[in-house]
Amino acid sequence: MAVSSQYNRGLHWWSVLLAFCTLLLVVAGGLVTSRDAGLSVPDWPLSYGKLMPPMEGGILYEHGHRMVATTVGILTIVSMIWLLRTDDRRWMRRLGVVALIAVIVQGVLGGITVLMLLPWWVSTSHACLAQLFFSTTVAIVLFTSPWWRRGPVPIEENPKFPIRTQSLAAPVAVLCQLALGAAARHKAIGVIYHICGSPIVTGVVLWISLRIVLHYAQNRELRLGALALVGITCTQVFLGIAAYMTRIAYADAVQPMPLMVAFTVLHVAVGALTMAASVALAILVRRNIPAAAAGFSHARAVAIS
Amino acid sequence: MKPLLCTLPLLLLAACGSGTQPQTQTQAALPAAHVDPATAGAISGRILFKGAPPAMPVIDMSSNPQCERQHHAPVKAEIVVVNPNGTLRNVFVRIKDGLAPARWTPPAESAKLDQQGCIYVPHVQGIMEDQQLEIINTDPVNHNVHAECQVNQAWNESQPPRAEHKFKTFSAEEVLFPVTCSVHPWMRAYIGVSPHPFFAVTGDDGTFTLRGVPPGAYTIEAIHEKYGKQEGKLTLAPSGAATIDFTYGS
Repeated sequence: MAVSSQYNRGLHWWSVLLAFCTLLLVVAGGLVTSRDAGLSVPDWPLSYGKLMPPMEGGILYEHGHRMVATTVGILTIVSMIWLLRTDDRRWMRRLGVVALIAVIVQGVLGGITVLMLLPWWVSTSHACLAQLFFSTTVAIVLFTSPWWRRGPVPIEENPKFPIRTQSLAAPVAVLCQLALGAAARHKAIGVIYHICGSPIVTGVVLWISLRIVLHYAQNRELRLGALALVGITCTQVFLGIAAYMTRIAYADAVQPMPLMVAFTVLHVAVGALTMAASVALAILVRRNIPAAAAGFSHARAVAIS
Repeated sequence: MKPLLCTLPLLLLAACGSGTQPQTQTQAALPAAHVDPATAGAISGRILFKGAPPAMPVIDMSSNPQCERQHHAPVKAEIVVVNPNGTLRNVFVRIKDGLAPARWTPPAESAKLDQQGCIYVPHVQGIMEDQQLEIINTDPVNHNVHAECQVNQAWNESQPPRAEHKFKTFSAEEVLFPVTCSVHPWMRAYIGVSPHPFFAVTGDDGTFTLRGVPPGAYTIEAIHEKYGKQEGKLTLAPSGAATIDFTYGS
């Protein structure tokens, strides 16, 4: 395999597979917590001293999560080697290494939280890094895609409605909200903080997205990215309400109820998609509205005025 | 960066071993307890339940058919069990205050916690500090046993079918902490660790009796997993009998 600046179809579809499996991993992790199965396998890295324990009760979820995680780890290793050997972009090769380091740290955090009986700070870190890792895999999909290789479609920043820096607010706000949700799930804080954060994050996302739709709609990438983020966020808000309502409805249940588990896990998975969509939109904004163009635009606006 | 990388594993190891280690030195320094049988009395009572008993949900064991097959009738949760005589089962009752500071010897016989039909038996029990708890798995399935202690050292261990019994001790007073199984999330038992032998758990008649209690003024505490704690005071005369009832309700 030679280093190339051309679109690599195999690498791109491998990255898509990695991102898809990572989303499955997030779902599997959400199932472990929602099914109260986090400690059903007390040992790590083996499970009941074996590579393959009987998949019964909570073991199915905990060991299943470990199996998906192992698959994602292998996919990430291959992805890194592929990038190192074929991609001409130094930053892209570095991103491949960062992704591998992240998935290793994530695995170790998962092991530590089992061995330490789920301390909230380890479990919350594990949940947050999962979201960040998924966003990284989605970013790799973007960077290896054919249209990324074709180059940006530049658009000048409207000085009255700047977006280049502001677009970073959405992923930061979503990450904070995900951290609050993870902390609530692992009983570090009350769920009220996550609920209170919801309108703020939704407001930030709508503000960014509407600004793009209203003032940068001529750029197809930005327009579609903004609309996708709005759609995913609205779905996420609905799932959050549904997850909360089912938790209240089943407050006296002696075991996790299927409807509550379904809505909560979907909320976790769509949370990961929200994070990834906000990261992707910020990447698209910064790619299509370059800093130099923004500077030029601003200078021209000042000169005209 | 290198010192940080070297320090991180050490910090993690330190964190792994930083569970609460109960202080047993204070207890060891106390004089050995002595009760004069000639003056010892008994404290007894009932735990009454007022109002309509809440309906307990049926446990869904379908996630593990081997658990389900061991029961011929639906199994209900044991959170609130009201006896036919209107009393409440599974309430842990103990002398909370009033005993002279002393070191009580735990019984040589171990307390038992069995996993039968993917249910913990008994649901609530008391043991003395440093008394052995024998954990048995009579089920044909894997369990994990997680003692969710806050004062004593918490632990979580697997127990495969037909595995050797586990023996555990708890060296500090702790009332009550849950024991759970994450393989079967409906499984939950409660254990109260007492420094003295004056405790009981109400059964199918809702009564309790604490025997061999030295005369004195005591605070009696009742603890239920759902309805919480209640306290009452009484005075026990030499060779006397005192009674105290508690009433819970929904």
